[in-house]
Parts: sequence; C-alpha cells; structure tokens
Amino acid sequence: MHLQLIKFTSAIVGCVLIGAANPALAAPKPAAPEPAAHRPAASIPAASLIQPAELAALLQNPAAPKPLILQVGFRTMYVQSHISGAEYAGPANEESGLQRLRERVAALPKDTAIVIYCGCCPWNHCPNVGEAFAALQGLGFTHVKVMYVAENFGDDWVNKGYPVAKGS
Amino acid sequence: MRLIARIAAAAILSASLCGAAGSTAVGDMAPEFSRPDLSGKPVRLADYPGKLVLLNFWASWCGPCLEEMPKFSGWQREYGAQGLQVIGVSLDDDSASARRLIARHPTAYPILIGDAALGESFGGVLGLPLTYLIDPKGRIVARYQGNGDLAKMEAKIKALLAQRSK
Repeated sequence: MHLQLIKFTSAIVGCVLIGAANPALAAPKPAAPEPAAHRPAASIPAASLIQPAELAALLQNPAAPKPLILQVGFRTMYVQSHISGAEYAGPANEESGLQRLRERVAALPKDTAIVIYCGCCPWNHCPNVGEAFAALQGLGFTHVKVMYVAENFGDDWVNKGYPVAKGS
Repeated sequence: MRLIARIAAAAILSASLCGAAGSTAVGDMAPEFSRPDLSGKPVRLADYPGKLVLLNFWASWCGPCLEEMPKFSGWQREYGAQGLQVIGVSLDDDSASARRLIARHPTAYPILIGDAALGESFGGVLGLPLTYLIDPKGRIVARYQGNGDLAKMEAKIKALLAQRSK
C-alpha cells in the first residue's frame, strides 16, 4: 500500500516538475484567432475547375469565345493586379459581395460561360470561391468554372506571365 | 525618333501588362512607407532604425495569417530586446474588420492599415500571408509567401539577430 502511494506521489511530483521546466507544457498557448466560417473551396466539384494555363490559353486564342471573368475576392488584390478583362464582383465571403455578384449576373442567360476566381490565399483557405460558386449554382447558372489557384494569384497567374491588368 | 517613341511606349505597355508581381526580391532595399496604426498614428519603416524588422502582410479573412499571429507576438516578446521588431500590415478592404479582430486578439506588435498602393510598392501583395525580414540597414533578407515554415523563419531570425549583435 505504502509503495503504491509513493509511486503515485512520485508520478504527480514528476508531472509538476516537467510542466514547470517546460513552459510550453506549463502555460497554455494563446489560441489563434479564427476567420469566419465559409463554404470551402474543396466543395467545388473537380469537373467545375479550370486550370490557370487552360484559361490563359483560352484568353490568348483570338478565335475562342471568351467567358465572363469575375474576381470574387478582395478589392485590395484586384486593384494591384487582375486577369485582363476580369470584372470585380466583390468578396463572396460577405453578404454585400454576394449581393453584388447576384446583381452582376441577374440579366444574363443561365447558360452564360462564367469563370470566377480569387487567389487571395492557398486554395484550401480561400473564403470566397466556394461561396460564389454555390451562389451561381443556386441561381441556376450551368456553365460556371472556378479557376483553381493552388497558392495565390501572384504565383499561379501573374508570375507565369499570363495576361493581367491593374487598377479599379 | 518615332522608333524610340514606339520602343518606349512598348516598354511602358509591357511593364503595365506585367502588373506589379515582380515581387520585391531578397537583396533589394525595402521601400519606405508610412501608414496609420489602429489608433491613427502614422508609423514609418524608418521609425525602427537598427532593428531587424519582420513585416507581415495579413488580413482578417486569411486563416493561415491568423494562425501565425500568436507566434509573431511570442517572437516580439522573446526577441524584441535583441532587436526584433514585428510590424503587421492589414490588407483588409475594410479596416474595421482588422480593428474588430485585434480588439479580440491583441498582438504584441503594431498593426498598420495597409492598402493596394503599399502592396504595389512591395512589388504586389497578391496572396496572403506574405512576410518579409528586413535587416537593420533596410535590406530585404528573406521573403516568405503563403504558409511559411515558422521553425525555419525563427531560425533565420535568431541567426540574423546573432549577426546583428556582433
């Protein structure tokens, strides 16, 4: 009985000493702030994605019909650089951005070819494209593609030498 | 003469088509800037002479950015006395979003309100997070785009602070 008590006490004391020696264990880390929840980009079916190279080839082919290209991300990014010919539709992670997107497409035929993109941050963290895609699907648009931006617009479009413009 | 004018026009057009994403490279001098902090006070890069500056572009909607910020606060507390100065620059379209977030999750370093012009002065901030290390002479010594390896970043900071103290 005494032996068990000594073992138990030693274990408790040991844990306390380890915790005191290791600040990482002793003090809880401050929790990282979390962005608002959003529909993830991963919710977009693969069949609805278009690769940057594919879109660039389409834009550079004079004979190819051009889709309506909408940037559904942040204005600070759009102003610095956007796909040549793309319109700013507003961030789809906010209701105001979604409303702007709905208004932009309200008068369009449902079979209009539309490409949306963002590129604000790595694909799995983008708060906009999943929301924008779902909104357009909900409105009945049947020819919507989402440009797959693996890392960000700078690396995956601009630095590849694909056509860009800047300004609001 | 016309040929020169055409070449100049082509060069200007080419530059504009290339956009701003020729990203400020390691080895370049960091552009000087002044932007307001959350209290409205102007903050300049030049306000931190002799410091190793960690300049972090972030936004409240950027998950990977928010994951990094507690670490940066920890580094400011741990290495500040050795000469590290962290500066956060919010690229939110609406500064109120940054204010709300920082009110709930204060940082141990100043947060500035950035804009597209500041991004362009750094060669285009076209994806977040983006972090620069700027040495005490104002030269960019490292650039980390996206989900950086924070252990590597910290090792680089320690090495630079050790150099600085020699």
